[in-house]
Amino acid sequence: MIESRFADIGWMDALSGRDTPLRRIDPRAKLLATLGFILAVLSFPKYEVAGLLPFFLYPVVLMSIGDVPVAFVLRRLAVVAPFAVFVGMFNPLLDRQVVAGVGPWVMTGGWLSFASILLRFALTVGATLVVVAGTGIHDVCRGLGALGVPAAFTAQVLFLYRYLFVLVDDGMRMARARALRSFGGRGMGMRVYGHMLGSLLLRTMGRAERIHLAMRCRGFDGQVRTLTRLRFGFADALFLLGWSTAFVLLRCFDLPRRVGGWILGAGT
Amino acid sequence: MHMADALISPAVGGGMWVASAGLIGYCARKVRACLDDRRVPLMGVLGAFVFAAQMINFSIPGTGSSGHLGGGLLLAILLGPSAAFLTIASVLTVQALFFADGGLLALGCNIFNLGFFPCFVAYPLVYRPLVGRDPNPGRIAVAATVAAVIGLQMGAFCVVMETLLSGVSELPFGKFLLLMQPIHLAIGVVEGLVTAAVVGFVWKARPEVLDLDRAMAPDAGGLRPVLIGLLVAAVVVGGGLSWFASTHPDGLEWAMFRTAGAGELEAPADGAHGALAQVQETTALMPDYGFKAAAAEEGDAEQQPVWPAVDTGTSVAGLVGGGLTLAAAFLIGWLLKRRRQAKA
Repeated sequence: MIESRFADIGWMDALSGRDTPLRRIDPRAKLLATLGFILAVLSFPKYEVAGLLPFFLYPVVLMSIGDVPVAFVLRRLAVVAPFAVFVGMFNPLLDRQVVAGVGPWVMTGGWLSFASILLRFALTVGATLVVVAGTGIHDVCRGLGALGVPAAFTAQVLFLYRYLFVLVDDGMRMARARALRSFGGRGMGMRVYGHMLGSLLLRTMGRAERIHLAMRCRGFDGQVRTLTRLRFGFADALFLLGWSTAFVLLRCFDLPRRVGGWILGAGT
Repeated sequence: MHMADALISPAVGGGMWVASAGLIGYCARKVRACLDDRRVPLMGVLGAFVFAAQMINFSIPGTGSSGHLGGGLLLAILLGPSAAFLTIASVLTVQALFFADGGLLALGCNIFNLGFFPCFVAYPLVYRPLVGRDPNPGRIAVAATVAAVIGLQMGAFCVVMETLLSGVSELPFGKFLLLMQPIHLAIGVVEGLVTAAVVGFVWKARPEVLDLDRAMAPDAGGLRPVLIGLLVAAVVVGGGLSWFASTHPDGLEWAMFRTAGAGELEAPADGAHGALAQVQETTALMPDYGFKAAAAEEGDAEQQPVWPAVDTGTSVAGLVGGGLTLAAAFLIGWLLKRRRQAKA
């Protein structure tokens, strides 16, 4: 199960390596547009359901131009859903105010706000996943750096990401070795765990020292340099402006209710 | 205890972003100032170590459950506050971006809850004084456990406050607090014992590693009080803003709890009252209006007029329109994909 989590991000890494229209957009434009998206979605009042639906346009369009498989996003959503469901499921129990009823069916405020939480969750997490899968860690970090995040922090994220796979493999091997030598749960307790992590830690620090020496040999002076430059072109500005305008409009004008009212009005 | 985007309001998320961004800027300056580039790969690799450590579980005797290391306090002990804070922030950033644990807007909250307290409170103010100049395994164990418990309790309290100020979840303050604090007491004890076991092992095998913090960083000072003041201001402003910005009266509800005492109002809601509510729900087709009022009379009185007027007509229109726009969104996505495939 945990290994599959890492298989997933390995896969995400491969996804972000491809050249897609989404990939070619400047990471700053993508990050800012996504932040605007999240702010717009979360600024709705807590009983809003219908108004949130048009916002699916953003992740869906990005998924298409970034060639991100729907199944991948849905699977990741399912893995992280429990927390939002756990906190949200108290709403139907605590808020029993009836807001609408059709025949024997009643809708309470709690169920409405629970649905709203689930929608917010799917929108924000989905959009973030799609953008990251269509951008890649290197561009995300360069974009963050260009937006003013300290270089010490972006270098740290890049380093962590680079060694994540190595150390996770190391840790998994140790865990497997321990499991193979354990009978009836012996040796699975905290004592062995502490020693195991301790030696993994010492190995990790030894590794850091070797990496540092190797980097010094190649002229490292505390700065991580990259060859390519970011360019914020016309298309990027258009992407950012277009989406921001769309979010503001969707937030301020209740599109679903207007469309629905118009349709129902035309029908009668 | 990762906060999720779906549960916070923009004002709370933004306020915590400001706080965490300020801390990251401050820590980055401190780390750079110490001019030891050995630290760059060390911090990166230790961040990856925390990931690896979180994957390995151990069984907790007598409970049938298992636990794992959180790592905040361990990083603070190994790297010192500033470098550890940056490392924790990077771990949480990778978790938010690649694992969708927490979210982009909630990242500020998560960095603050899980980074600030172990690095700037539990380690310097609890662990260091308790361990003293001359550590031994017993002192390490006691200091790590106490520090981990205090750090996690504060973090859990922050989670409750942020959820409350956001007003998306219905969980009342007292009940949520009673849910979170004991859970995190248990988690804190486990975290402290594991941290103590790892630090104890390292102390026996290579004691010089534990002096890394003092060797590499001159003790923080000067700017710190100013910065912490700014941070508190940011949090207060963020919290206050969300209070006024929210269209629904959760702030009032909170004020009500504070003035009337959470305990007295809480009691009926979860015991017999909760069970009765269940019975009522199953026996009656229409749960009656006055029911919730018994639990929170004053709250409802104030809630009623602020409630957005929902009548069935507009909701149906909303649902129909929402469904249509949703369909349109997916259609656009599908068309775009078709066009791209046709081109390729």
